[in-house]
Amino acid sequence: MATPTLEKEDAKPEAGFADSPYITVTFRIRRFNPEVSADAVWEDFQMEIDPKERVLDGLHKIKWEQDGTLTFRRSCAHGICGSDAMRINGKNRLACKTLIKDINPSKPITVEPIKGLTVLKDLVVDMDPFFQAYRDVMPFLVTTGNEPTRERLQSAEDRERFDDTTKCILCAACTSSCPVFWNDGQYFGPAAIVNAHRFIFDSRDEAGEQRLEILNDKDGVWRCRTTFNCTDACPRGIEVTKAIQEVKRALITRRF
Amino acid sequence: MSSDTTLDKSGTSGVGPVEGARLYDVDNPAPVIEPPRKRTTKTPRSTRGNFEMAAWLFMRLSGVVLVVLVLGHLLIQLVLDGGVSKIGFAFVAGRWASPFWQVWDLLMLWLAMLHGANGLRTVINDYAERPNTRLWLKGLLYTATVFTILLGTLVIFTFDPNIR
Repeated sequence: MATPTLEKEDAKPEAGFADSPYITVTFRIRRFNPEVSADAVWEDFQMEIDPKERVLDGLHKIKWEQDGTLTFRRSCAHGICGSDAMRINGKNRLACKTLIKDINPSKPITVEPIKGLTVLKDLVVDMDPFFQAYRDVMPFLVTTGNEPTRERLQSAEDRERFDDTTKCILCAACTSSCPVFWNDGQYFGPAAIVNAHRFIFDSRDEAGEQRLEILNDKDGVWRCRTTFNCTDACPRGIEVTKAIQEVKRALITRRF
Repeated sequence: MSSDTTLDKSGTSGVGPVEGARLYDVDNPAPVIEPPRKRTTKTPRSTRGNFEMAAWLFMRLSGVVLVVLVLGHLLIQLVLDGGVSKIGFAFVAGRWASPFWQVWDLLMLWLAMLHGANGLRTVINDYAERPNTRLWLKGLLYTATVFTILLGTLVIFTFDPNIR
């Protein structure tokens, strides 16, 4: 187990035992190209692929070997950059963190762009509204007074308070899984609230009050219906709905 | 691909779309698929103060009170003492003779109507996509709510058991 490369070399010459690790998988991809048609259509691609590969590897195989016009975003391909969030088999996931064997490859694997954002081409969506909501909650440290000559110290407990929400990679999987956001893009969305939470509960930050005020408004946290879609969708395992509820609680306890 | 490009040329000849020809090309792309009510690029200004928070809190608190009021109401009206068959003008007149039941029914009327109206308001906000649709639906909702609450309150306070 410790040397997977060795194992593979062993397995290859032994024909007949396990003929090949490859299985035939169908990718059913939602294609949209405004330069060709105004409608999005499903297109099927078949390939031989190792089920231990990721969905992203399948998309690469299609783009590199079958249809070069397939368009999707990916940068690091290791679940950190947050570029390749897409709707795979009806659930928002990162294509680079989803193994084919985990999503029932005996049926066609559907791949769609994330919902609630303008589709530009194939799986690429316009992320501007998403980042606008992010900007609007002031996702940066705000302090008053002179800058200290040393680092701003913080106790381990104070850091623990917002540890969960520091993990966000801004992939938009949560926001684009939110039914309120699908119907009304004016809602800040889970990702923006998570990143506000990260600073609201930071003991070093002094603009928590302002951020709470922003999220107290018409399109803020009160539009959350606690459907937990965001928590299910988060590829980083952030308890998104819990973070939203904590912001709600902070708003209420602040007033009364 | 080669047949595609020839079709393209016939499509832009000015004769109009030929069967099989493409309506869109690189210079004339189709509109992208936009979601409803896309976020504006401007930071939203603070508008209504604490109204949304008050509404959210009201839903929770009135819900708790309504559980007691409505279940008690159903129990008295439909289960205890002979069930539905006992309900009549005399039964209602008898109950409303006591200020306790007047207050109970008044509270239930106000809380249930406001609770339901606020719930529908959020449903309309969530699902009505065009501003005009939202305006009209909410206008209708508020009118119906105010009418029902006022009518109910009027009846409870001016109820005359000797009406003939």
